[in-house]
Amino acid sequence: MDQVVQLLALTLAAGTPLVLAALGELVTEKSGVLNLGVEGMMLVGAVTSFAIAATTQSPWLGVAAGILAGAAMAAIFATITLSLLANQVATGLALSLFGIGLSAFVGLDFVSVVIAPLPSLAIAGLSDMPVLGKVLFGHNPLVYLSLALFLAIHWFLYHSRGGLILRAVGESPQAAHAIGYRVVAIRYAAVLFGGACAGLAGAYLAVAYNPSWVEGMTAGRGWIALALVVFATWKPWRVLVGAYLFGGVTLLQFQAQALGVEIPAQFLSMLPYIATIVVLAFISRDAAMIRMNAPASLGKPFHADG
Amino acid sequence: MTMRIELEARPTPSRLAGWFSPIAAIAATVLVGCILFSALGRNPWLALHAFFVLPLATPYGLAELLLKASPLMLIAVGLSIGYRANVWNIGAEGQLTMGAIFGGGVALLLHEAASALALPVMLLAGIIGGMAWAAIPAWLRTRFNANEILVSLMLVYVAALVLSLLVHGPWRDPEGFNFPQSRMFDDAALLPILWPETRLNAGLLLALATVAAAWVFVRKSLAGFQMRVAGLAPAAANYAGISAKRTVWLGMLIGGACAGLAGINEAAGPVGQLQPSMSPGYGFAAIIVAFVGRLHPVGIVFASLLLSLLYLGGESAQVNLALPSAVTGLFQGTLLLFLLAADVLIHYRLRIVRRVSVA
Repeated sequence: MDQVVQLLALTLAAGTPLVLAALGELVTEKSGVLNLGVEGMMLVGAVTSFAIAATTQSPWLGVAAGILAGAAMAAIFATITLSLLANQVATGLALSLFGIGLSAFVGLDFVSVVIAPLPSLAIAGLSDMPVLGKVLFGHNPLVYLSLALFLAIHWFLYHSRGGLILRAVGESPQAAHAIGYRVVAIRYAAVLFGGACAGLAGAYLAVAYNPSWVEGMTAGRGWIALALVVFATWKPWRVLVGAYLFGGVTLLQFQAQALGVEIPAQFLSMLPYIATIVVLAFISRDAAMIRMNAPASLGKPFHADG
Repeated sequence: MTMRIELEARPTPSRLAGWFSPIAAIAATVLVGCILFSALGRNPWLALHAFFVLPLATPYGLAELLLKASPLMLIAVGLSIGYRANVWNIGAEGQLTMGAIFGGGVALLLHEAASALALPVMLLAGIIGGMAWAAIPAWLRTRFNANEILVSLMLVYVAALVLSLLVHGPWRDPEGFNFPQSRMFDDAALLPILWPETRLNAGLLLALATVAAAWVFVRKSLAGFQMRVAGLAPAAANYAGISAKRTVWLGMLIGGACAGLAGINEAAGPVGQLQPSMSPGYGFAAIIVAFVGRLHPVGIVFASLLLSLLYLGGESAQVNLALPSAVTGLFQGTLLLFLLAADVLIHYRLRIVRRVSVA
């Protein structure tokens, strides 16, 4: 029982970076923009937050810097794809390669530096409750922030005027433009929001989840987050479920070793990647369903003068 | 009166802008480099000298330039055929790893056999390994509609773990003091050296031959023509009865074959054994080579030399100026971003618009 409780708590913590990055990408894609640079934005967010946390001794400043760094990366992407109308797939890949290179370069001075991590939130009374207390309380504040973000995004997309406009832009930018909405400005905002979320996800990894900087420490989570958005058929609540499922899979490698299962570590490390492939194939096989749920203008550039 | 710059669509894409934009991107990247070097307290001229001139100052350096350009051009030319047809294989790094595993496995199997057939069989096995790894995203794409970008990328991580498993376990050198690497390949299992006293090997000839074959395929074969049509006008291709599935399969398999061959070339060339990492990211750098080379075989040869020089320059800057070699990865990404930004001028021209504001 204790182990199950422990596992659920760890799953929540392991799924959080995926929740953050995938929700951000979901908002970006709802506006009709496909940003494949999540991995790069996460890495730059992670290295920036770690560097700032290490030099200022303040993990919270680090988190803020990580968010800004992610948004700055997204601004590069937005400029090239939305203002200069470049191919979104190629630019997203370029942003990831750039982020991998930039973070490795910036992070050289911070390898094996130790920082004070973001403290966990111990809520008097609640954290000591049996079972639920351990699973739900006593986590890092960013874990709760990710849940709040989920509620906020769900409300924004489906219960606010702004969300309706955002979705309209993603479904039919020409129509939205004709009514008088500023398609490019709205897409800029959505891309920057997605970058900020990816930066926050990176910051969570570097100053909270595993307080350290290691080159390429996101280990493909940015790409898994992209797959999660497809898996979730662009619905926030399914992103949440998917992220925790994958968080649980990434934990298996540690849990199996702790339980003394004799499997080479590499097999277990492969699981999240193989699970991503299998799930992606399973969910994509219904092409009509994907077409119905994906924002209709996803990945297509928009130029106002027609 | 306000002035603003607007984009105006060109009636036809500009070929001139297409060839001009890589040059503009290189210039912008060098400029960023100068600013970066100055910020790090280095003389930018000395840094540029260390980066772009010193590596080429010796015959050995020139040989290294060609050595590192070989896998880059080989992989990029394979990827470019898929990219032209909108088949986005970005997992070449994994296909390279699988090529090294398949070909390297043959080399280890034939240990002390000293057969003249060893090398050809290894190369073939490497090609098959890369193709097999690329066949997974091709199959999942054509059968289940799964996005080939994400699948091929996930398989990069899986391939690295398979290699790690092998060199930590069954393929570890029995006399290797427990280091996670295979035994050194026999001489019969190594590519012959082309230029004595250097590491340049016959892999360059294989790469150049592949580039020539790719040119013929793209320009002269029906399948190559159909793939270009599929990329330029998918609806027309569909109407003309060009199979979209066949396009995906061909694009992925050609890319995988080239990356697999590059992988076994590394194993049977400069590396000489299997190690946990077989390449310093050639599979990803080749994506940049393909774009900078305009997806054209000749352009790709030049672009591969440029990206190879970036690798050498990073090493040289580390030795001569104590600059981190990680700067190479940064420059690679910067170059591609600038290139994509400059490409706007292929399809659009800038127009300055003056608007009199009506108060």
